[in-house]
Amino acid sequence: MTDTTPKIRIRGLRKAFGEKQVLDGVDLDVMHGTSMVVIGGSGSGKSVLLKCVLGLIEPDEGTIEIDGRDLLALDRREREAMRAQIGMLFQNAALFDSLPVWENVAFGLLAQRKTSRAEARAKAAEILAQVGLAASVGELSPSELSGGMQKRVGLARAIAAQPDILFFDEPTTGLDPIMGAVIDGLIVDCVKRLGSTAVAITHDMASAIRIGDRAAMLHKGRIIWQGPADTLMESGNPVVDQFTHGRREGPIQMELRS
Amino acid sequence: MLLDVIATVGRGAIAVCRLWGSVGLFALNGLSHLFRPPFYGRMFLRAFAEFAYFSLPVVAMTAVFSGMVIALQSYTGFARFNANAESSIATIVVLSVVRELGPVMAGLMVAGRVGAAMAAELGTMRVTDQVDALSTLSTNPVKYLVAPRLLAGIIALPLLVTVANTLGIMGGFIVATVKLGFNPQTYLTSTLDSMQRIDVEVGLVKAAVFGFLIALMGCYTGYRSRGGAQGVGAATTASVVAASVLILAFDYVLSELFFSR
Repeated sequence: MTDTTPKIRIRGLRKAFGEKQVLDGVDLDVMHGTSMVVIGGSGSGKSVLLKCVLGLIEPDEGTIEIDGRDLLALDRREREAMRAQIGMLFQNAALFDSLPVWENVAFGLLAQRKTSRAEARAKAAEILAQVGLAASVGELSPSELSGGMQKRVGLARAIAAQPDILFFDEPTTGLDPIMGAVIDGLIVDCVKRLGSTAVAITHDMASAIRIGDRAAMLHKGRIIWQGPADTLMESGNPVVDQFTHGRREGPIQMELRS
Repeated sequence: MLLDVIATVGRGAIAVCRLWGSVGLFALNGLSHLFRPPFYGRMFLRAFAEFAYFSLPVVAMTAVFSGMVIALQSYTGFARFNANAESSIATIVVLSVVRELGPVMAGLMVAGRVGAAMAAELGTMRVTDQVDALSTLSTNPVKYLVAPRLLAGIIALPLLVTVANTLGIMGGFIVATVKLGFNPQTYLTSTLDSMQRIDVEVGLVKAAVFGFLIALMGCYTGYRSRGGAQGVGAATTASVVAASVLILAFDYVLSELFFSR
């Protein structure tokens, strides 16, 4: 791998569900140690894109390379090893409600069987502190936490194994603006501290600008624009501008039924 | 017109084959993980407690009342024909409970209690991305969620049925001695004389099969559920209906296999 090899390189990615073509030839590069934010309307295929990279959905066509290795050409064991390098914060945090918070955070460590339960518990407390939560929170059940705390625990779980790549699916959805900014700040801190490559999908523009080094817009199954995240509000692309400014009039027509 | 009918029947047949093929592959996948490490002992113990310990009261009550009602109804039948009821009722209670009612009633009760809960839990995990989250945390969801539940069902149901058989026979004994006035010693002797090893063994084999079917349908419908709360509700209903029908169908098949000669 050379310095110019993207950490994640996606080419011609296509995925259809029945007759609906959700991804229609996505090309995207994410360079090592950078944060890419993918924006797009509801149902534009942002989550499907992430799930394809994670291996949760099998694409119909295309290639996904991580460190220059084609993920789809790897056998099951190699793919699982590759997947272990990726941490993911889900939209609704997706905490395991049958387990206490500390076990949620340490789940990946325990699953890899590289640590004892006592060590994992101590490590969980340490990671919870990194996302601004007291060790006592570790004893609670996820259902006892507020939405913001659940996101923090989800973030703690995602970073626990110190992954090379971090994915964030709508990290601020359902949070008030202050808590959204807090979560964004934690995400930026964690990504910097770990030196990870990050991909976030969102339709929260403030969050996109705070998190991202670069941004891309997914529309009708393709990446139609990409550039520095701080130019997102003045992209010069009419589709992106309509989306980022939330205008009713413009090239994007709301489909009543897709 | 005729072609339309054939096409409709054909589509239905393909859909049924696809469904049961999918269930079969899911079962094989789940079972194969029992023989490949790691094995999640905590998940097994949790599922086992749910199957065996927490289902015990409902299975016990069902078994006692089933034994009681068999004793009562068979006495009524024998009284019509002036037959010797005392020894015959003990035999009927033993055969009915050990061969059929113990495993079937326990199976149906556990399908309603544990199978439904299993489908609801896995369904909720599916629609809230918890199943996908397992995959991102180096954990195979089938190995973690399905395999321990299948094993728990296979082991727990025979234990429950052993208890159900004992209590069912006891229910018959209570009715026979307290209400019908039979001699307890004679009734117990007839009960022990009627009980054959093959009846008990086949009952336990049936129980293991039913336990597997309950866990399989609970896991399959939950794991495959889609579409939020409605999808989880549909999965729960489907798991109970499918498990109940399969229990009765396999009860017939196993009875035919072991007792038809």
